[in-house]
Amino acid sequence: MQEVTGLYVIAEMLRDILGHYLPAQYVDISMSLINIGVIFGIISMTAVVLVYGERKVSAFMQSRSGPNRVGPYGLLQTIADMFKLMSKEDIMPAGADKWMWILAPMILFIPAAAAYAVFPFDNQAVFADLNIGIFYFIAVSSQAVLPFLMAGWASNNKYALIGGMRTVAQMLSYEVPMVLSILGVVMMVGSMRMSDIVAAQQNVWFIVLQPIAFVVYVITATAEINRAPFDLVEGESEIVAGPFTEYTGMRFALFFLAEYANLFAVSAIATTLFLGGWHGPWLPGWVWFFLKVAGMVFLFMWFRWTFPRLRIDQLMALGWKVLLPLALVNVVITGVGMYIYQLLS
Amino acid sequence: MLQEFGNVGLLLIVALVFPLLALGTAFLLRPRDPGVEKSLPYECGVDTVGTTWVQFRASYFLYALVFVAFDVETVFLYLWAIKFQELGTFAFVEMFIFLSILLVGLGYAWKKGALEWK
Repeated sequence: MQEVTGLYVIAEMLRDILGHYLPAQYVDISMSLINIGVIFGIISMTAVVLVYGERKVSAFMQSRSGPNRVGPYGLLQTIADMFKLMSKEDIMPAGADKWMWILAPMILFIPAAAAYAVFPFDNQAVFADLNIGIFYFIAVSSQAVLPFLMAGWASNNKYALIGGMRTVAQMLSYEVPMVLSILGVVMMVGSMRMSDIVAAQQNVWFIVLQPIAFVVYVITATAEINRAPFDLVEGESEIVAGPFTEYTGMRFALFFLAEYANLFAVSAIATTLFLGGWHGPWLPGWVWFFLKVAGMVFLFMWFRWTFPRLRIDQLMALGWKVLLPLALVNVVITGVGMYIYQLLS
Repeated sequence: MLQEFGNVGLLLIVALVFPLLALGTAFLLRPRDPGVEKSLPYECGVDTVGTTWVQFRASYFLYALVFVAFDVETVFLYLWAIKFQELGTFAFVEMFIFLSILLVGLGYAWKKGALEWK
């Protein structure tokens, strides 16, 4: 058993302190609430940091300077944007399906936040180390289809409706190869628990053993979070902003928040499954985790400024005729490889 | 394990409250100045023609059918994947049977043109 350090120690210290002041039955629930607070802190912070990061990265790739007026190096730009969005008028389009329109941004936020429950930020630092960890992530993250369709349908706007319909087509198509690419990792670990998956990568990262799965996962993840080159859902030059067209102010901000929360989420899953999670030399585990996630996020931003947007028929063909067979082949290769390895050892 | 799922439930409740808090803050801050022009659907400045909720051909319902079949089968594959190492030859042979059923299905859908966007 490895010596436990890092975030877990802090949590234990906190638990001790709480134990002095509170009756025993309240300690667990207050620890849970503190953890939830930390998770929501991370979600809000990632949105603030990633919006700034995205703008700076795209500026860098286009030889611009990006935001540089608000605060040093424009660091406070996102904060300013947040206050701006909060103080904007809330306009509901005429003839919209009122309740669906109101509920869509809220419902979109729930799966985005719920996915954070199973991320192993550090050794033992998992909010809920479910025995079905990765399966839970897949199940929760695919719920994002519904609010997109709701927003598209309820807006009483043809662009929004087309965007919503496209979301369904895209997310359904890329769900299957994504799930199958993760399957290879589950086969090698023999468990869906996130901490087991990270522990299995102590010596070798799974990107070495599962390179095909990693490539398929990254492509499908880009499509799942609707980022370029798979941003047909909100392709600005075709359908304004897709399902978000009719949202203003804070409701629009909630869509944005969920989008960046999802970007962080798929990067964290890529880190956990393929890049060894929090394993790394010298630095504390959580620093490694966040560094690897930042690297993955940068990769997704890099894609955006490298590849042109696909056409919808190309998108469907890529998903069903290239990525799905590739993911199935990967499962077969993994199975054969593991069988031979077992026979030899 | 029950406590873990309880934690997840607690997270879901907070996740529901969080957007309400954000929207509540915005509700206090934002101005109110409704107008007819403002609430028209934004379609690039052109007045909308006809109703939005018309019947149109959703060209992907065949994809949706294929998706349902594949998604259900991947659920079974996950159970099999966890026990792959312990079951040995049995799981290995079964993999080929199960995956070939999947591949035949995919090939059939492909050949029938269900994977073409029309």
